[in-house]
Amino acid sequence: MKCGVVLLPGSNCDHDVYHVLKHTLGQETVFLWHENESVEACDLVVVPGGFSYGDYLRSGALAARSPVLAAVRRHADAGGLVLGICNGFQILCEAGLLPGALLRNRSLRFEHRDVCLRVERDDLAFTRRYRKGQVLSIPIAHMDGNYFGTEAALDELEAAGRVVFRYASPDGGLDDAWNWNGSARAIAGIVNAGGNVLGMMPHPERASDPLLGSTDGLALFEAAVESLKESLEVAR
Amino acid sequence: MSGAGVEPTVDRSLARTMGMSEEEHDRLVEILGRIPSYTELGITSALWSEHCSYKSSKVFLRELPTQGRHVIQGPGENAGVVDVGDGWVAVFKMESHNHPSFIEPYQGAATGVGGILRDVFTMGARPIALLDSLRFGEIDAPRMRYLIDGVVRGVGGYGNCVGVPTVGGETGFHRCYNGNILVNAFALGVARRERIFTAKASGPGNPVLYVGSRTGRDGIHGATMASESFAAESEAKRPTVQVGDPFAERILLEACLEAMGSGALVAIQDMGAAGLTSSSFEMAGRGGLGIRLDLDQVPLRQKGMSPYEIMLSESQERMLIVAHRGRQEEIAKVFRHWGLEVVEIGEVTDTGRAEIWGGGRRAADIPVEPLTESAPLYRRPGAPRGDLARLQAPPEVPPVEDAGAVLTRLLTTPELASKEWIYHQYDSSVRTNTVAGPGGDAAVLRLKGTQRGLALSSDVNPSYCLLDPRTGGAQAVAESVRNLAMVGAEPLGLTDCLNFGNPERPEITWQLAECIRGMSEACRALEIPVVSGNVSLYNETEGRSIHPTPTVAAVGLLTRLDTLPSASFEAPAQRIVLLGEDRREYGGSAYLRLLYGIEQGLPPAVDLSAEARLVKLMRYLVSQGVVATAHDLAEGGVAVALAECCFGRGIGARVRLPLEPTALFSETQARAVLACAPGNLETVLAEAERAGVPAREVGETGGPRLEIHAEGGGLALDVRDLRATWSTALPRALGL
Amino acid sequence: MKARVTVFPRPEVLDPQGKAIKGALERLGFTAVSDLRAGKSFDLELTTADRGEAERQLKEMCEKLLANTLVERYEIELPAEGWR
Repeated sequence: MKCGVVLLPGSNCDHDVYHVLKHTLGQETVFLWHENESVEACDLVVVPGGFSYGDYLRSGALAARSPVLAAVRRHADAGGLVLGICNGFQILCEAGLLPGALLRNRSLRFEHRDVCLRVERDDLAFTRRYRKGQVLSIPIAHMDGNYFGTEAALDELEAAGRVVFRYASPDGGLDDAWNWNGSARAIAGIVNAGGNVLGMMPHPERASDPLLGSTDGLALFEAAVESLKESLEVAR
Repeated sequence: MSGAGVEPTVDRSLARTMGMSEEEHDRLVEILGRIPSYTELGITSALWSEHCSYKSSKVFLRELPTQGRHVIQGPGENAGVVDVGDGWVAVFKMESHNHPSFIEPYQGAATGVGGILRDVFTMGARPIALLDSLRFGEIDAPRMRYLIDGVVRGVGGYGNCVGVPTVGGETGFHRCYNGNILVNAFALGVARRERIFTAKASGPGNPVLYVGSRTGRDGIHGATMASESFAAESEAKRPTVQVGDPFAERILLEACLEAMGSGALVAIQDMGAAGLTSSSFEMAGRGGLGIRLDLDQVPLRQKGMSPYEIMLSESQERMLIVAHRGRQEEIAKVFRHWGLEVVEIGEVTDTGRAEIWGGGRRAADIPVEPLTESAPLYRRPGAPRGDLARLQAPPEVPPVEDAGAVLTRLLTTPELASKEWIYHQYDSSVRTNTVAGPGGDAAVLRLKGTQRGLALSSDVNPSYCLLDPRTGGAQAVAESVRNLAMVGAEPLGLTDCLNFGNPERPEITWQLAECIRGMSEACRALEIPVVSGNVSLYNETEGRSIHPTPTVAAVGLLTRLDTLPSASFEAPAQRIVLLGEDRREYGGSAYLRLLYGIEQGLPPAVDLSAEARLVKLMRYLVSQGVVATAHDLAEGGVAVALAECCFGRGIGARVRLPLEPTALFSETQARAVLACAPGNLETVLAEAERAGVPAREVGETGGPRLEIHAEGGGLALDVRDLRATWSTALPRALGL
Repeated sequence: MKARVTVFPRPEVLDPQGKAIKGALERLGFTAVSDLRAGKSFDLELTTADRGEAERQLKEMCEKLLANTLVERYEIELPAEGWR
């Protein structure tokens, strides 16, 4: 199996994700340049964080229209695994692969801190190593992470169980004081209807090494790799 | 004076408008053997500005030790280089962006970060960390909230976008900065030793290439502006502030590093202060060669720019490259891949002259070496200020009645309050190397692929420097080395940013000379050479100077990361040890200054041999893995240090000290507090005795309260409450 | 032909930036502002001379890139005189 990390001009977390997939998990991993017309037969595609194209129009807006994103869309439509982290989540929303939009943080400031995330789904390829209700410690680092959807759209997401992570207190409670960016319904991560495209604002790749304080994010990558291996076995 | 109209005739009075003295004007006439052209005058005024030439500080800077067993490149290049081992080197420098930040805080701070990053990556190093040392005025001073907000946003806006973590720094507040804030940005990069690049042109006939953003009229004469005192009309100078584009920088960084790997590149230099002028003259000057530039080839953002404007523009995110002849295409290919244009604008010559062509005529023809190497040098007269004796007279120290109240009040001042509000706006963990981020004594970064790490700390106490600049200079160095020792790091090298007032006043030159003397003494005693740095003079507004502020940033080496202590208490029931002995020193202390407005007396003495013994002991103890927590004693003394240790995990402590309550706030140097598992206590005390460092077990960690039992008083405060007060004090003071 | 596109947050979307700017104006003594929305504008120079064609193109640009119509609305202006 093969992992791909999208490399857009202005991506900053591309090498961090690459490091986890390649060196921590030992997976074959390649970079996918923004002008690429295909995802080069990758099984898992990660759209990493950063400030793609300077985020100059709206966060993620320009990247969502790049050639490689068309390829990512085809990969997703075919059921392939896609993970968008931070700017990657913004890009997936702008590209229409995930619903909603990520607006300016409530504080109008860049927010970088370790946050507590409550796991809402433990049955996805990405989250099978978590337990529902588990509280993870993973950093956020963004200016535009305030999730927005119309009330109807939010109700629909909830009804379909597509909210994967929420900002929470250390004991898992939902309290506005722990909702750092003011996201609707404290949403930190959502999945598409097919369950194969996950977008999240927090950075699991920064919580993948005991030296850096947390390994709560590593389980997400391990889960994705593990489920891909299983499905490849079945296919064989 | 813009556009390609008729250029003004050059004379002494025109020279004066560009900040050149009559003597300097005459000297230029003598070098050229004729009246200079307008462009030539502009070029020279920039090269001979304080900012570019160090003409008032150079004679003193020579005192600083620049050699050491780790040093690969000392001062004189874009940044200093030290050996880290395993084939790796660390490249770092600090630079000021004070004046631009006072005029336009967001862009001033942002372009300060951008500039220092370029200094590091032009050396061939990938930037891995930033520090920012910020000095603001009183929060209620005019424009100050706007300045604080703008600078913090600017640092974050640039650093976050460019993808280099801001891992630490310091922020101080003092009324002496009300009219002249300080923004000192530090960048650290790493590279393989054999991949280091310099900015030395070679090979006559080699092409000179221009890459990066287009040239506009922004920032013309910024280097001169940085060399003048502030007058109230500085706000009117707003158009000269440059605008940063971190995205362009990010692309330029990747493209430059890739191009350097091609082998087709001879030299590279950032177009920073004084833009194309300093980059071209410095590259040619270092190589002992000449250069010919055709300004008609320079990509412009605005039409009709004159040669004068093109040579002096400080548009950001631009680089000048000397390529091996015939290999331009290899370089161009790399830059095109990143969507950047490369334009050939001239060539290296063997004439020793800089020939600048524009609009079909020769706009300048100047011998390079006399201009760069024989820039004016001044040993300005120095003398202490007239009221120094009064300033240094022992202050009356009001005794502490209620130590708990005093500690709470100190921790609520912007100076000692938590800086979380600032550093939560910075991405400190991108690139996943940050082992210890902001908030502790020293930041720690791992070097992926090795067992090694680098520690960073930036320090200075301006009050100490005012009261006794020599002691203050020594203290800044000693504290930075002590902070490195708190994480077990051995010092590799130091960079500085010397912020002072107008050197034409004798007391300012005296402060500069004394601070450098103190720094030199400390650097020698603590074995840390100065490998790069920057001087910022004329930090005055309407005749009022800032306190002498020689910011230093030290870089240290860790050969293992598995024994790293924390800056806060990690577990209950650990033993607390106090290293060093108090000597009741209150001159310049936070206690007197922040609570009583008294800034008087001699600052705490700096005993360099005691410092050396302490840091050696700490490095050894950390390497043995016996230290769980280590924190040095600084502003606010032992009481503040213990409180800070409690805040990280909310773990309290119960401590008994043989001191009267007032002494809990004394700022005697060469001290630290540490915590260790009970089983390691004996080792810690025995090693301290062997090292000749006074050590005393003073209590243990645990419980919800910080209790300090002093002689005849003490304090007992709830850690959670105290932490809440401390962590919200800064945004509250800012009215947020 | 000169054109200007203005993009604003939709009325139902919270606009914290506009709110903050309104608050700052109030602190400066401008208390007569009852609402403020912060948006952005784009000045374009089009090669076509046909207003209908220009409007069609601009609308498409807005829908495809310049605005995120989930959270933003846009206005197109084609002044006869052009912008100075």
